[in-house]
Amino acid sequence: MTKRRIIGTLILRDGIVVQSIGFERYLPVGRPEIAARFLDTWGIDEIVLLDITARREGRTIDPETVSRVARAIHSPLTIGGGLSTLDDVHDVMRAGADKIAVNGLLLEKPDMLTTIAHRFGVQCIVASIDVLRTDDGLHVAADGARQILDDDPVTLARRAAEAGAGEILLNAVHRDGMRTGYDLELVDMVAGAVHVPVIALGGAGHPDHIREVLADTGAAAAAAGNFLHYTEHSVAAIKTQLVRHGLDVRLDAEADYGALQFDDGRVSRRDERALLDEIFEIIPREVI
Amino acid sequence: MRENPATMTSPKLCVVDYGMGNVASVVNAFEFLGVEAEVTSSPAALERADAIILPGVGAFGEAMENLHARDLVDALDTAVRGPARKPFLGICLGMQLVAAESSELGQTRGLGWIEGKVRALPADETHVSPHVGWLDIEFNDADPLFARIPQDGCFYFDHSYYLEVAGYTSGVARYGQPFTAVLRADNIFGTQFHPEKSQRNGLKLLRNFVNYCLARRNAEAA
Repeated sequence: MTKRRIIGTLILRDGIVVQSIGFERYLPVGRPEIAARFLDTWGIDEIVLLDITARREGRTIDPETVSRVARAIHSPLTIGGGLSTLDDVHDVMRAGADKIAVNGLLLEKPDMLTTIAHRFGVQCIVASIDVLRTDDGLHVAADGARQILDDDPVTLARRAAEAGAGEILLNAVHRDGMRTGYDLELVDMVAGAVHVPVIALGGAGHPDHIREVLADTGAAAAAAGNFLHYTEHSVAAIKTQLVRHGLDVRLDAEADYGALQFDDGRVSRRDERALLDEIFEIIPREVI
Repeated sequence: MRENPATMTSPKLCVVDYGMGNVASVVNAFEFLGVEAEVTSSPAALERADAIILPGVGAFGEAMENLHARDLVDALDTAVRGPARKPFLGICLGMQLVAAESSELGQTRGLGWIEGKVRALPADETHVSPHVGWLDIEFNDADPLFARIPQDGCFYFDHSYYLEVAGYTSGVARYGQPFTAVLRADNIFGTQFHPEKSQRNGLKLLRNFVNYCLARRNAEAA
């Protein structure tokens, strides 16, 4: 069976990767190629790089940046940020992208999505849908959640799949940076309504959150941004917890991360004596 | 005169650029391995190469059209199936093109180097199409591509069509039904997955392909 995927989302703002909180506040992380390389070596299953200001500034994500990130990793790379034409898509694919993510284009020119799908294949297109939960229900958000639309997420997801999207990246704006877990109801609703893989994003703050969204909803993959930064080997440590709970994820690590526990979204501080007691086994480095 | 060590240890790889591939990622992976790969769309370059890599992302029909438009079909055939029998690695769509025909968007004839047919992955409740993600494969240990790769090794797949299982299948994956994950017919290799995107296992597989090319070259020199 295909492994459940853990996807790293890198949010690009003014050329650097940031942590995003509620689509409003941003904390700097660093250069995209370095953030990407860390995730890749820690065993991430895919990387999504989104330039969140490109469309608003009337430009596309810088293909040179895409190229630097692509050269830093050996895992699948999805690129989003102001892509509107076949040429835009061609440029980022040429720079090393494997897939593209579209958000504004899906809302403004869904026909263009179909044109891109015909040229590059549906497997190449990820429809990124931002959703905001308000007092009167779930709404699609546009322009970096500055606008709330009347559309409901299920209808838009179906429309995206019909227009030629091969995957749906479903971002819960109200959970962005909250570390309180995914919006399981939203994810399950959308995943149950479309026949393409749905990637849940927004809210991860603990391995249990990822376990919940993969075990209790129809999501094919869980994406996280903030949660994966600032913890060494975060991906391998998280996957170790998921495997322990019986989830079928790809854990290709030579070291044993079993002793790393999470509390409150951070790896717990360990007693120094525990470290002293650990018996290290020397594994000769394998040269590929 | 001593031979340049770089040319001794590195086969001349040609990555075919026919407007359908993630060529950069493939070249990038070989670069990581310290092997230079020339990107080309010229039939003459295929004549000079020691080995040929055909990547590919997109639709079968358009891919064949592009190969024809660049006069690459005969050049590929001569290089791979002529007396030189150059090692060939097709990746994803590049593997499917080796087949006799595909039902993607109407019947299209492929390169026809093997008898197999390419069909659409049937989608159902639990098996959405396209099939995207990491999947473990079962493979034939004797195949040189799999040296140092564990039997439950995972690779990254992203496809809506598959090559049926037959005699040429040397690695099988299951997504609802079994399909060809790796094909081998003498000097012709192909992977449905993307080794250039499969982290360590993928890089090992590409290294194994390079080693196969070197072994072939050394055997011919001896």
